[in-house]
Amino acid sequence: MDNIDNCWKCGKPSLESLFCRFCDSLQAPASDYYKFLGLERCLSLDPADLQKRFYSLSRLVHPDRFQRSSPNEQRFSLEATALLNDAYRTLRDPVARAEYFLKEEGLAKEDHRNNVPPELLEEVFELNETLDELRGGDPSVRPRLEAARNRFKSLRTEIDGELEGLFQEFDAKHDRSVLTRIRAVLNRRRYIENLLTGVERELMN
Amino acid sequence: MADDVFQIDFSGSERPLVVGIDLGTTNSLVAFMDLTGPEVIAGPDGDRLVPSVVAYSRSGDILVGRPARELLTSEPERTVYSVKRLMGRGVADVADELKLFPFRIAEGSESVIKLQLGERTATPPEVSALILRRLKQNAETALGETVRKAVITVPAYFNDAQRQATKDAGRIAGLEVLRLVNEPTAAALAYGLDKRKEGVVAVYDLGGGTFDISILRLHEGIFEVLATNGDTHLGGDDIDNLLLRIALEDVQSEWGEDLSDDAAAVQTLRLAVIEAKERLSFVPFTNIESEYKGKKYQREITRELFEKLIKPVVDRTLGPCRNCIHDAGVTVDQIDEVVLVGGSTRIPLVRKAVEALFKAKPHTELNPDEVVALGAAVQAGILAGSVENQLLLDVTPLSLGIETMGGVVSKLIHRNSTIPASATEVFTTAVDGQRNVLIHVVQGEREMARDCRSLARFDLKDLDPLPAGMTRVEVRFLIDANGILSVTARDMRTGKEQSVEVKPSYGLTDGQVDAMVLESEQMAESDFKERQVREARVEADTILAALEKARQGDTWTELSDEERQQIDAAMNQLLLVYHSDDHLLIRSQVEKLNQVTMRLAELMMNTAVRSALKGTKI
Repeated sequence: MDNIDNCWKCGKPSLESLFCRFCDSLQAPASDYYKFLGLERCLSLDPADLQKRFYSLSRLVHPDRFQRSSPNEQRFSLEATALLNDAYRTLRDPVARAEYFLKEEGLAKEDHRNNVPPELLEEVFELNETLDELRGGDPSVRPRLEAARNRFKSLRTEIDGELEGLFQEFDAKHDRSVLTRIRAVLNRRRYIENLLTGVERELMN
Repeated sequence: MADDVFQIDFSGSERPLVVGIDLGTTNSLVAFMDLTGPEVIAGPDGDRLVPSVVAYSRSGDILVGRPARELLTSEPERTVYSVKRLMGRGVADVADELKLFPFRIAEGSESVIKLQLGERTATPPEVSALILRRLKQNAETALGETVRKAVITVPAYFNDAQRQATKDAGRIAGLEVLRLVNEPTAAALAYGLDKRKEGVVAVYDLGGGTFDISILRLHEGIFEVLATNGDTHLGGDDIDNLLLRIALEDVQSEWGEDLSDDAAAVQTLRLAVIEAKERLSFVPFTNIESEYKGKKYQREITRELFEKLIKPVVDRTLGPCRNCIHDAGVTVDQIDEVVLVGGSTRIPLVRKAVEALFKAKPHTELNPDEVVALGAAVQAGILAGSVENQLLLDVTPLSLGIETMGGVVSKLIHRNSTIPASATEVFTTAVDGQRNVLIHVVQGEREMARDCRSLARFDLKDLDPLPAGMTRVEVRFLIDANGILSVTARDMRTGKEQSVEVKPSYGLTDGQVDAMVLESEQMAESDFKERQVREARVEADTILAALEKARQGDTWTELSDEERQQIDAAMNQLLLVYHSDDHLLIRSQVEKLNQVTMRLAELMMNTAVRSALKGTKI
């Protein structure tokens, strides 16, 4: 691993900044999204501010600017821009942002499919029956599927509102127990999202 | 320091010359960034468009552009057009359109299509390289400077293999491809130069063979692509084929002959329907007129019928437009402007459809044939450092994923992600002692790997033999600013860089490209030598003709016998070497003949002067 504390070119301390303050050469980027964008570790972010940071950092690190620079700087420019784009894409979407935040806090989503949330058990059972009927060639169940779709969509909207509230709660107190609650809400949201995708796919056919 | 006062530093103005190239399905162009703005460079013939046609003629010459197009009807099986439709594709992908192409596929075309052109074979990147080389030469002649670097445009919806094939073509042509730019984005750059500072713009690009739609947000010189969509097999060619089918049916019923397997006839009719199609953009009706082997074919076609015929083709562009608007996260009302690009957008029905969908009158100020090349020149200027404050942020058109258990795709980088973009994934071994892991990377939106485009298989090799699950390899997928994927891997236990062997599903291996670069350089070398020989022979012809004329005149008799013998000897020497391949030898004999005829020339000059003074003709 390169020593990220000293400039790769002049060897002076680079003090974790993007460009060496002594020789102005581009440094290997830090890998943390928040740090890279110069943001405080908050779950609520202002989209306009995020976009501004994205644009101005793009101007600084984009490979277009380093076309005539040393191979080292070209490589860092590519790395930094990929990181910037990945960071912006992740942080501007509240759900992806929360997933990233939780992962950094050691609360990553589990790989296996999570269990049916108990309050949805009956509904999911019914839905599966309806899907079977539709696949069996009974088009009269379509309205029931459409109703299910609308119900899941409104559930999702409800969850998004709930998440927004939890984000603010966490930002105010930095209480880890809030993160655990967010984890549970995200799992539930993911479950509903999967159901929705399934229903929409059947309705398209 | 007084001595330094008069020293002017020119180093700041030394910028590398980078040209912008639009490598089109039908026509190709080269442009560069002049002090006043982007300019298209015309060839020595004055033409700004170089037809994207290459002929491997029977006489052994390779012709490019207009002269090649002349051979479309006389040597159709050796003349390649619309080669862009074959770039980065496999035989199975293009089976349908190969039926319409007069050229044949050679043996061994599994991973890369090889065209059989007479006794030679050529891959699509090699054919494209010849077009690029011509554009490079045109630029060099016009600018008086060697051109080594270029920005080349590609359809936004091109996948990784198609992009790689384009980059390979550049390399084979002796060009360092600094960047591949998406065509609609390039068009936006060309328009954005002196246009509005803020807003959302849609670019509708219907070319000869491909369709792209891109939606961008402009913000203080940043061109941020929000979403792109398209169809790499939809364009003016499809319209031509519809008309062609009608013409062939007509001919069959009128002449009682099925000409669909007669390549020369098909090409003759194809050119006729293209002309009629182009006229129909300006007049309400016209005739398709053609003549083949002394027989005449004529048919009137109205714009009304034409529009009915092509409506399905035009409609096929609307689905991608709607998806693009959705993916961009905007509504039609939020789109401030629409820009039209590509020759096919001259068709009134296309304009009507765009107007209806976007509820806005589209921009057509810039020539739709040139706007992409102009934008490529702007991007070339950005990379060379001569254009400041403008920055293009483009996206990847297709999702990138890996095949997992049961053939299901796990998406790693979603479509419309701003590039460069990356994703990491950890792979583990499933069996004790497993030494390698094979990763199948695909591009596309479908759920099953078999329905997506296979890009490559990456083989993580020489893993330490450990119990199952102990080896963990972190694999990083990186899409660069050209939209091209690279893969690196790291053993998480040792931190060591892990070797990855790439097996591209379609396209050339690095070794194959290297061989082609070499061959192309040799060909360029032999082209150059041939030209020098030809030029030397032209000089020889000139002096021999003059000498022949002098022998008929009175001056010849004024020479001494010795002088005449010397001239004859030198002339014979020249005739002896005339057909050699050594231009230096020919030149030296021309020079010798020049010397021994010096007095003859002087005498003739004097005679000419004398007779001129006398006012008589010699």
